[in-house]
Amino acid sequence: MTAKNGVFLFSEKLQVINIGLDGFGHTLQEQGVPVAMLDWRPPAGGDPELIKIIDHLRSDTGDGWQEKIMRANAEAISRLLAAKPMIKGIGTAIDVVPGMKQKMILHAGPPVDWTQMCGPMRGAVIGGLIYEGLANDPREAEELAASGEITFEPCHHHAAVGPMAGVMTASMPVWIMENETFGNTAYCTLNEGLGKVLRYGAYSTEVIDRLNWMREVLAPVLADVIQAHGPIDMKSLITQALQMGDEGHNRNRAGTSLFIREIAPFLVRLDRPREEIAKVFEFLNGNDHFFLNLTMPAGKASLDAAANIEGSSLVTVMARNGTEFGIRVSGTGDQWFTAPAPMVDGLYLPGFTADDAAPDIGDSSIAETTGYGGFAMAAAPAIVQFVGGTPQRAIEFTQRMYEITLAENNAYQIPALGFRGTPTGIDVLKVVDTGIVPAINTGIAHKEPGIGMVGAGLVVPPIECFRDGARALAERIVKQSN
Amino acid sequence: MKQVTIEKERYYDSVFLMLISKEVEALPGVNSATAALATPSNIENLTRIGFTSPDLLAAGPNDLVVAIDAESKEALAAAQARVEEMLTEKKEQAATSSARPSTLSSAIDSLPGANLALISVPGQYAARVARLALRKDLHVMLFSDNVAIEDEISLKKDAVGRNLLMMGPDCGTAIINGAPLGFANAVRRGSIGIVGASGTGIQEISSLIDRYGAGISQAIGTGGRDLHEEVGGMMMLFGIDALATDPDTSVIVVVSKAPAQSVAEKVIDALQKLDKPVVVQFIGEASRPPRGNITFAPSLAAAARSACEKAGVKIEAEDESDAQIERIAASEYEKMSPQQHRLVGLFGGGTLAQEAWHLLSVGGERVYSNVALNKALKIAGDEHVDGHVLLDLGDDIFTQGRPHPMIEPSLRDEHVLALVDDRSIAVLLLDLVLGYGAHPDPAAGLAAAIAKVKKAFEERGGYLSVVASITGTIADPQGYSRQRSQLEGVGAIVMESNDVAARLVLKILSHVAMEGGR
Repeated sequence: MTAKNGVFLFSEKLQVINIGLDGFGHTLQEQGVPVAMLDWRPPAGGDPELIKIIDHLRSDTGDGWQEKIMRANAEAISRLLAAKPMIKGIGTAIDVVPGMKQKMILHAGPPVDWTQMCGPMRGAVIGGLIYEGLANDPREAEELAASGEITFEPCHHHAAVGPMAGVMTASMPVWIMENETFGNTAYCTLNEGLGKVLRYGAYSTEVIDRLNWMREVLAPVLADVIQAHGPIDMKSLITQALQMGDEGHNRNRAGTSLFIREIAPFLVRLDRPREEIAKVFEFLNGNDHFFLNLTMPAGKASLDAAANIEGSSLVTVMARNGTEFGIRVSGTGDQWFTAPAPMVDGLYLPGFTADDAAPDIGDSSIAETTGYGGFAMAAAPAIVQFVGGTPQRAIEFTQRMYEITLAENNAYQIPALGFRGTPTGIDVLKVVDTGIVPAINTGIAHKEPGIGMVGAGLVVPPIECFRDGARALAERIVKQSN
Repeated sequence: MKQVTIEKERYYDSVFLMLISKEVEALPGVNSATAALATPSNIENLTRIGFTSPDLLAAGPNDLVVAIDAESKEALAAAQARVEEMLTEKKEQAATSSARPSTLSSAIDSLPGANLALISVPGQYAARVARLALRKDLHVMLFSDNVAIEDEISLKKDAVGRNLLMMGPDCGTAIINGAPLGFANAVRRGSIGIVGASGTGIQEISSLIDRYGAGISQAIGTGGRDLHEEVGGMMMLFGIDALATDPDTSVIVVVSKAPAQSVAEKVIDALQKLDKPVVVQFIGEASRPPRGNITFAPSLAAAARSACEKAGVKIEAEDESDAQIERIAASEYEKMSPQQHRLVGLFGGGTLAQEAWHLLSVGGERVYSNVALNKALKIAGDEHVDGHVLLDLGDDIFTQGRPHPMIEPSLRDEHVLALVDDRSIAVLLLDLVLGYGAHPDPAAGLAAAIAKVKKAFEERGGYLSVVASITGTIADPQGYSRQRSQLEGVGAIVMESNDVAARLVLKILSHVAMEGGR
């Protein structure tokens, strides 16, 4: 033994990791002993059966499971990091989105029936049906939605994502985002701005008018611009935005500005009326979140390439429909694991309170799933009030996420952490083991349809769906080993 | 009552303003509060909820609007004042400390030189945490109890294979490289190394060694079950080996509560092979003749004394002599009334309780106890007993849902107070354990309880003799002298060690037996 070789604890400087009662650690610190105080909590929420599963999957028990998972995760994370999402252009949903149909409405989150939809999603569906000319007024739209004639499916089932209600209808213009490394494509609608907008469940004339203008003017103009410019590298834009105070989910001011800068020369060169070009500029300038509908499909295109890897515990989707929060795990394919959607802990716009809020909604948590958004909170000091008010808290937020992720991002970096890569690739097993759930930044919709955004804040995802995901992954691995 | 005020060209971050709104809205008497920039949508929303003012309609997106709806003039003014205060308040400098690690891996990342994990999580999770720590090549002190013996065995095998200390489970005390782990006393460093399967045993020996003028190189705890048959003394043997090769250790002390015979022999065999002098104290075992380099001590105090002598330290402080003990016993007995004849011992330290019970038994007294090694005298602890009784109040039967009396001594204070009407008691024997982790001033409550009970006895024309010893040093956070003077201030006799305290009690009881109650 090494004791005989003279290398033993007694000849080293004592340095202690204190796990449990803080008092013992403090005593040592007072004596000048370096101590790391671990913030311990019961593993897997103290559920003995789940602890057994996690321990089995995460330790070398000789059955090869741990190695299988590690290999699968290495593959999944390398695909996620190698992704190269590029804006390829703008198309119409019915033409480009796989499986899209005339009487189909795509929505955010896991599957949900019309009868189960929350207020803002119902509002967005009503607006979508009016926009498509399938209904003339809200009453007709509701009847049609309830009639069974309309198919409702999650955006995620069609390589798409949508913020808040995430409603996408057949004639809507959509971004075409191609992951050049792997050749897969993701889609997302164009961002309408804040206030009374379809994604928050508003469906008044002004909402429909704006959607019409976006289809008739904005989309063709931007399509021409992208064509003239050529594909735009989203990874590079997001990287720059994170270094300019965005986190790519709740703050997109820098990203939107960068996008405008990128396209401006091409936009002004278009052979279109000056007033039309000016309107497009105005619209982009007036909408800090324009870039969100680009960071989202960029994340979707990246994560889809890491999906369906047998044995991988990487979370590939976190999405909410206002009724349920759902996740998907790479190693369990297309299966959803859901739990009731939580409420958002947030700050409210003038005139609104928590009583007005709808439960958590939207596919925008694709940002956190990819490694920005709440995970890059430390990059966005301007919005730290959402997480308790100090830049220090924001840094702690990001630091905690390293506990549940598989890698540090190779492109997205955080200046305040010495340009450390953002925590990237949520490991469902780590979430279950530590009890640390992903930190998600999000907007808050009014619970009634037709009103819009009432605030923004932070949401704590329900741990249950991660536990179900871990259990299902374990079952699948067991089945395949037998 | 609604009021809206506009301040031109006063721009703030919108999220900052939302935060202010949220806080001000929570003030008493405030129905709604909004601090916001006068953007078109904010103006629209404020108008919608009933705030109307021409100024509001004329305001622009760089103007600050404060709109408050309150139940009274006073509430309105308070809310407005709070808004202003929050707008102008200086931000506290952010602390530089970062997030606490939540996993062992990130804790190691934050302290790359870490070499020991001190674990005190609930028992059902403790083995898992310890196993992870060993896999990370960390020595472990496992304070937690309620760990299955199978887990203890596998953890210790794993540790020995990796050449790591696995102190515990149920290891209360260790001193590594001079640092106190768990419950340990502030002792000076020196050349005496201790391996102990007993927390308060290590504390008593190390404190006395300090008081006698010598010091401790290392004190390794093994956990109370290490010398049980199943565990086979794995960590005791490992610890002995570690101290044997430690150049700073010249004398080794081994202490354990009543070990399994086969294990005791194994340990003695290992000790005999060493070229360092060794002192062994197996509590509850009859004294053995010396064997080669090994001296068998009859008590913890004797072990400390013997270790100091072997380390070549001239003992400065002396325990009370037999003559002194006799003198104190006689004067204590003097004041008692005829019906007083019983001993009650109330202990916080488990090993101290067992040592006292053993010394009293060796002295010929039959004492019922929850730590009795003799089955005929073994009691659960909470039943009524006619005769001498000595209780370890740290036993699970007393600590269900209550902190251990070393941490929170009121449990023992209550037991002392409960003696107030019992005319049969002659002597109350106590311990008092100081050190890191223990209660900051355990003597205070105990002295108050003693004073009350003593007074009751004296008012009845009797006298309660209270005999105590204090396990601790002058450098302990509670201060040995300060604790001692509090007990002496209420008339308790404080002896130098648990050993002499038990001997004084024997003397007093022999007076009672020879002369009968007065």
